[in-house]
Amino acid sequence: MKRLLLIVLCSLLPLTGNAMTPEEQGLEIVREVDRRDTGFHDFKATMTMLLRNKHGEESLRHMRTNALEVENDGDKTLIIFDRPRDVKGTALLSYSHKTGSDDQWLYLPALKRVKRIASRNKSGPFMGSEFAYEDLSSQEVEKYTYKYIRDEQLNSKDVLVQERYPVDPNSGYTRQMVWVDKAEYIPLKIELYDRKKALLKTLEFKSYKQYLDRYWRASEMFMQNHQTGKSTLLTWEDYKFRTGLKSSNFGKNSLKRAR
Amino acid sequence: MKHWIKALCLIPSLACAGEWAGYIEGQGRYFTQEALDPAQTDSTLSLAFEPEYYHAWDDDRQSFIFRPFLRWDSQDNSRTHADIRELLWIHVGDEWEVQAGIGKVFWGVTEARHLVDVINQTDLVENPDGEQKLGQPMFKLSFEKTWGVLDLYALPGFRERTFPGEEGRLRSHPRVDNDLASYESGAGNKRVDLALRWSHSLGDWDIGLAHFYGTNRNPLLQPILNSANEIVLAPYYELIHQTSLDLQATKGDWLWKLEALYSTSDREDVFSYTGGFEYTFIGLGDSDMDLGVLTEYMYDERGDNAPIAFENDTFIGLRLTANDEQSSELLTGVIKDMDSSAWLYNLEASRRIGDAWKASAQIRLWIDVPEDDPLYTISQDDYIEFNLARYF
Repeated sequence: MKRLLLIVLCSLLPLTGNAMTPEEQGLEIVREVDRRDTGFHDFKATMTMLLRNKHGEESLRHMRTNALEVENDGDKTLIIFDRPRDVKGTALLSYSHKTGSDDQWLYLPALKRVKRIASRNKSGPFMGSEFAYEDLSSQEVEKYTYKYIRDEQLNSKDVLVQERYPVDPNSGYTRQMVWVDKAEYIPLKIELYDRKKALLKTLEFKSYKQYLDRYWRASEMFMQNHQTGKSTLLTWEDYKFRTGLKSSNFGKNSLKRAR
Repeated sequence: MKHWIKALCLIPSLACAGEWAGYIEGQGRYFTQEALDPAQTDSTLSLAFEPEYYHAWDDDRQSFIFRPFLRWDSQDNSRTHADIRELLWIHVGDEWEVQAGIGKVFWGVTEARHLVDVINQTDLVENPDGEQKLGQPMFKLSFEKTWGVLDLYALPGFRERTFPGEEGRLRSHPRVDNDLASYESGAGNKRVDLALRWSHSLGDWDIGLAHFYGTNRNPLLQPILNSANEIVLAPYYELIHQTSLDLQATKGDWLWKLEALYSTSDREDVFSYTGGFEYTFIGLGDSDMDLGVLTEYMYDERGDNAPIAFENDTFIGLRLTANDEQSSELLTGVIKDMDSSAWLYNLEASRRIGDAWKASAQIRLWIDVPEDDPLYTISQDDYIEFNLARYF
């Protein structure tokens, strides 16, 4: 009987959190998410965005992205636009940072001009889509504070539900609800609440594939705007990891050469 | 056109392995005032075609670009012209890059004018704003290191500025006759000009320092009698040394910008700068729209004797970016001469239609320009322009 009680007590311990606050639990979850996604070094992928307005009218965006993991800082990314055709050759170079604003340069091929842009503008639509730049930029632990809410099931998977709050006052969001897969520590769904604390958008991650036997990437990200009825389906294809990209592939000359 | 592309495809292994892109654009311009010269037109229609061929090989370490440009204009024979904007071989190594051929380079940060942008000649018949450039023969060597980017240029061959013809608007009176162009350099338009530029990003700051030694892209225009006994302006191209700085500080929603140059020739030394800011209101009135407010001041120490229009002028502008699916944009502003009554009003707007079309419009007005202003001869040439481009 005593032994049984001990077993019951021991199994309860992780749940009671050993006096961990919900904030500490939330941070632990996201640290594990980050730990499991560290070390990929670099990747290349293509992105297709299908924009749909509330009348069902659709338009397409094609982009290619190169990303480089940077030790102790945010990733470096280069996004090259292929379609619509009038913006073909336009390219966006971003150095994201764990704290503070990201550094961004935009290349305009018609003028051959590299423009440093004000990256505090992270909440606006990316290429007219329902994704904001901050939805797509490298997800660093330091960019939010966290709070564990509950365990539950989502589509018959065990998930951890947590809230996160953007640190940057220029974020378009006040709060995000994140459903994290308990087995793989990958996000399955995010609800995004606007500056008025109303539900603005829901992001769903679908068709996860595992690369290098370790890194999970969603092949589809579906963003539904609840306030405008617009949606964007972002499809990721042709993921290639550890392609040999280096820091020198993320300079101004690379930006000007991007095709 | 297709035959022409096919003909290029006959060059083995080069033309068909890569990809073609580009646009064809129809343009209409309507001039709202009577011309100074009755020979000049009141409206014009024109077509522009700019295909681009791109091919990369050697694991993308080498690439080839060919970008010709053609414009046909219904009124102005000088505006009907062709140019090779780019014909470039690029070889990329680790932290270095070589380019050889005909290319286009942009230097600078400001919006109202591009003061330090010196490599390419202005294709002035395209647009009076001077943003369209002619292809420049060049050999470029570039190093990208932790201390910044160092670009070295050798520029064999000089391109003469294009000027509108007799029937064209937006020209000087008397008109410029390019057949009478002359050079300070004994090598004429065969001289090899040299340039170097160091640029770097340090935190919020982007800096560029450059030096150019060669034939000034801006000609002096001298009245002369041509063979037909008409008074025309003859371009004279001086040799200059020009040292320039471009600087931008990106501080939150503020962009602070400065371009400055010091140039010397046998005739004179010139100090000139443009500086100002752009502040962006993000998510205007809870919408997705951004509104940028721009102010720049332009100075040239020659004052009223400067052969350029902006010697003590202030630019105030608004940039509206809708961030919508059609990428709708509007840039509007005025430039005010601080020494005279002259104003310049400017509007540029554009919007994508569907997936492959783009519509754009321009309005430029010159208001209360006094006779001694370099802009006086085009001050009767207020115009409205519409463009419709099809991209492929």
